[in-house]
Amino acid sequence: MMRITKVHKNFGGVAALAGCSLMVDSGKITALIGPNGSGKTTLFNVISGIVPIDKGTISFQGKDVTRKPDYLIARQGISRTFQQVRLFKNLSIHDHVAIALSTNDETLLRNFFRTRKDQPKRIKQVLELVGLDKPPQTYASDLSYGQRKLLDLAVAIAKPHSLLMLDEPVAGVNPKLRQQIKGIIRALAAKGDTILLIEHDMNFVMDLADKVYVLDAGTIIAEGLPRQIQDNEKVLEAYLGD
Amino acid sequence: MINPYLIHLLIFVGIYIILVVSLNLALGYTGLLNLGHVAFFGIGAYTSALLVKAGVPFITAFFSSGIVAGIFGYLLVLATKKLKGDYLALTTLGFSYVVYSVLINWGSLTRGPLGLPGIPKPELFGYVITSGEAYLLFAGFIALLVVLFIFFIIQSPFGRLLEATRDDELGLRVLGKNTFALKCKAMMISAFFAGIAGSVYAHYITYIDPGSFMLGEIILMLTIVIVGGIASLKGSVVATFLIILIPELLRFFHLPSSVLGPVRQMLYALILISIVLFRPRGLFGRIDLA
Repeated sequence: MMRITKVHKNFGGVAALAGCSLMVDSGKITALIGPNGSGKTTLFNVISGIVPIDKGTISFQGKDVTRKPDYLIARQGISRTFQQVRLFKNLSIHDHVAIALSTNDETLLRNFFRTRKDQPKRIKQVLELVGLDKPPQTYASDLSYGQRKLLDLAVAIAKPHSLLMLDEPVAGVNPKLRQQIKGIIRALAAKGDTILLIEHDMNFVMDLADKVYVLDAGTIIAEGLPRQIQDNEKVLEAYLGD
Repeated sequence: MINPYLIHLLIFVGIYIILVVSLNLALGYTGLLNLGHVAFFGIGAYTSALLVKAGVPFITAFFSSGIVAGIFGYLLVLATKKLKGDYLALTTLGFSYVVYSVLINWGSLTRGPLGLPGIPKPELFGYVITSGEAYLLFAGFIALLVVLFIFFIIQSPFGRLLEATRDDELGLRVLGKNTFALKCKAMMISAFFAGIAGSVYAHYITYIDPGSFMLGEIILMLTIVIVGGIASLKGSVVATFLIILIPELLRFFHLPSSVLGPVRQMLYALILISIVLFRPRGLFGRIDLA
């Protein structure tokens, strides 16, 4: 589905990614783990075109998406969440999901006499899937942190996609919500969604992932099944030091 | 029979409603802190006046004023593509000064600081709008159309995207939306209507000079937007009536004309400070000034 080949990214003198290569297989949950500052989020940002890469190539569904503008990469079918939830604080839950679902709302003339009350059935389905039971007209700024996380997830799921990239989906949420989000990701995977996941919670990753990549200092130092990674010496060294 | 002075004020209310709701589309709904709106107003006024004086029918000049201002709106977004917030505000303010300088210095076309006198009254379908009442109907009708047009935009899925651009541009881009194209469209529509307001103004006053399109005007427009509320169409309309009409009450105090002007400015400042302190979202706004 996606192949990342020898990607380099420097921020000034700091090499955030140094020849990073990995593959994301279709219909699987691939996890990306690594210590703080290892380059996980930078990798997400270069895949989604937010940060331009210095060297290397990224291909998605057989097409080269290296250095394409972020919105065009998103249109190819890549959907993502951010570590820090990014919502439109003055828009309602309904508006968030409707924006994500819609693919023809950028033309003024085609939309001039349409109202915002579009796609109510589909919006309801997405909100039910993530378990966000607030009234759809609630503004994002009126939601709790956990509810914002769920809305963020709902938006990423609603956007037409072939690959869903989740950056720390359970960071800072309570154990109950953590289980709920785990259930959502499982349900998506069961439907055949391809998911690339960054998460610090090892139990969460080991429970969900089909394949794990370990990133350290911008390079993949290990890859394999979750149980293989757990016992890998390089991985233990990267996390715990010498 | 309505008092001619009241008619004059209401015509100004109509012109300012066009200016303020179109500014709010760019500033309030799309988050473009555009201080160049007054330049679009001036571009529209000069375009319309020059074309009609050159013999072009009013209706053509009227739409041309919007189109030319809209083109400049597009060029301004193109030039400020990578700027946001304060930087965008300063650059667009600079644009206002550039347009002002061109109007002052391109004497062969604009007559520079002498301005353009004798701008004909509008002629529509063989009828020349000369009386105050007729002009009030004309300006009011245009203002109503503009308010309705912008109302439809903000109620539509397209308007929802403009608001999302304001709230989180990056968050919208990763959903596959071209935010630059959205900002271009918003600015062009906003500039188009500012240009239209310029045409309505020029043919009403029948004399324009570059000084009519300077800093004082944009401060007044911003004051109205802030008092009414960022991203509030209703607020913009109500605040235009308040801000244009309230200072007129000073006339009842019989102040000397040398004092009246400064007191009027102080009154604007007082209203603005009161709103910022006690109602930071304006009269009907839902968005914080920050």
